[in-house]
Amino acid sequence: MTQLALVIDLNVCVGCHACVTSCKEWNTSGWAGPMSDFHPYDADPTGTFFNRVQTYEVGEFPNTETVHFPKSCLHCEEPPCVPVCPTGASYKREDNGVVLVDYDKCIGCKYCSWACPYGMRELDEKQKVMKKCTLCIDRITDQSLPETERKPACVLACPTSARLFGDVHDPDSEVSVAIREQGGYQLMPEWGTAPANHYLPRRKTRIRIHEDELVRADNPLDKEAIELPDEQGETLDDVAW
Amino acid sequence: MHPAFSVIFLTTLIGAGQGLFLALITGQVYSLANLLAPQDNVRFYAFGSVLALILLVAGLLASFFHLGHPERAWRSAARWRTSWLSREVIVLPLFMALVAAYGLIHYQGWTQPLFSIKGVVDIDASLIAGVLAALLAFALYVCTAMIYASLKFLQEWHSPLTVVNFTLFGLASGFTLAAAFSAWIGVDLVGFYGAWAVAFTLMAAVTRLASLYRNARIKHKSTLQTAIGMRHTTVRQKAQGFMGGAFNTREFFHGRGDGTLKLIRYVFVLLVFIVPVILLGVAWYIHSSWLPLLAFGAQYLGLLCERYFFFTEARHPQNLYYQSMY
Ligand code: SF4
Ligand code: SF4
Repeated sequence: MTQLALVIDLNVCVGCHACVTSCKEWNTSGWAGPMSDFHPYDADPTGTFFNRVQTYEVGEFPNTETVHFPKSCLHCEEPPCVPVCPTGASYKREDNGVVLVDYDKCIGCKYCSWACPYGMRELDEKQKVMKKCTLCIDRITDQSLPETERKPACVLACPTSARLFGDVHDPDSEVSVAIREQGGYQLMPEWGTAPANHYLPRRKTRIRIHEDELVRADNPLDKEAIELPDEQGETLDDVAW
Repeated sequence: MHPAFSVIFLTTLIGAGQGLFLALITGQVYSLANLLAPQDNVRFYAFGSVLALILLVAGLLASFFHLGHPERAWRSAARWRTSWLSREVIVLPLFMALVAAYGLIHYQGWTQPLFSIKGVVDIDASLIAGVLAALLAFALYVCTAMIYASLKFLQEWHSPLTVVNFTLFGLASGFTLAAAFSAWIGVDLVGFYGAWAVAFTLMAAVTRLASLYRNARIKHKSTLQTAIGMRHTTVRQKAQGFMGGAFNTREFFHGRGDGTLKLIRYVFVLLVFIVPVILLGVAWYIHSSWLPLLAFGAQYLGLLCERYFFFTEARHPQNLYYQSMY
């Protein structure tokens, strides 16, 4: 079975919000739209978003790190939001595992949003139905688009390629390899929701260099200077091959 | 969680309506067993059922204010296999229909025995409708409470105590109302219903205080560390992804200070458990016709506070992503 998902690389994300704006642009004008805004140019702007980027500071100064944290529906493999829906408006697609809301059936009771431990669902205050990330279902399933463009808008927009998209059930897919080889992890694993989306952790590349790798003990240029404890013939380093 | 008044009114009104109906049928069963004097069909049972129905309809109306699309409410019966909300939506109208039938049977006086068990216990149509409705009343308590208790990561709600509390609160307020109703129309059942009401109120006090105790000491499974997957003891949020509010900050935070919540807690403990018991006791002693009504009023007001507090108690793990709201 296919399970489409995003893999988000926190080591690469620079927190530019390009994914947020391109998500809103694509989806507000598409199948999932409108994503209504209220007083966008006033003191208290608010509106519907499927994707947000948050920023955290980890550690105590001066040993701090800034972590940008994109947050959207994780398309859980055991989505707690689906069985609680009284109307069946919330469902998980059999063919690709994307969790969706049928906006014509939703009664706006908000029960599913209570049942998502991550707070990934938002009620659209204008349309009065529940909304959340669709993985750009109208894009990724559109056969008229060239293969390379059949990806969520956020993935295409990300200038640092921090967002990978693919089938996490296919062990050889780009996303599966990334999860396996770069320590991909899930959010709040304690609730057994088995989120399909994974995050790649911050990673440091360090090489260990020992002192004697920097200084050659028997440098021939220093030969006279070095007082050898006892007579020593040519070392292997002096042999010209 | 943010307390929604639609849901507060829904759960308290139907709880009391169910309780009142259970009180009526208890009275009927007692009189069938010759433990109580039989009551007038119309004045007591039919009007009592109407009163219960009024509460149920008012609760149902309140619930519509919770929906974004009330005109589609009929759709919510679809997923009864998995959703407790769907089950509630099915059981509530069924229960209302049976209460209406029960009231009508009494009003029309169709209470001639249909058959009798061993020639001792006479079974009539009202008893059949009443017992079925009583079963549904209990089923409805379970459905309503399980809507909250089934959400496992809302740890304050995810406990059998939630179901017990909803049931006992409904029974307590229903039997208090039954006592008030009897006192008002001058039926000699105030002592009977009052005693039951006091018993249920005291039981509810024990279980609710137990859940308050449990919730005050609860250890949450999710932390900011598991929420974003950063293994460090110091994690500070610098930006939450928006400047104004969002659904996430409106729906899941109650926005009340500790002082206010403490006050609400004291008020509900006083109004739900202490005041009604005293008033019912005094009413029984001085044969007052209006004190039980006052007892019900106080208890219902207290239950509104209790339900408000119930919502503010629950801390949703999604709140971890909005540290500045704490
Ligand atoms: S992240 Fe939340 S909304 Fe998305 S599938 Fe999981 S539980 Fe449902
Ligand atoms: S808000 Fe809509 S999608 Fe969510 S549980 Fe209610 S009906 Fe289902």
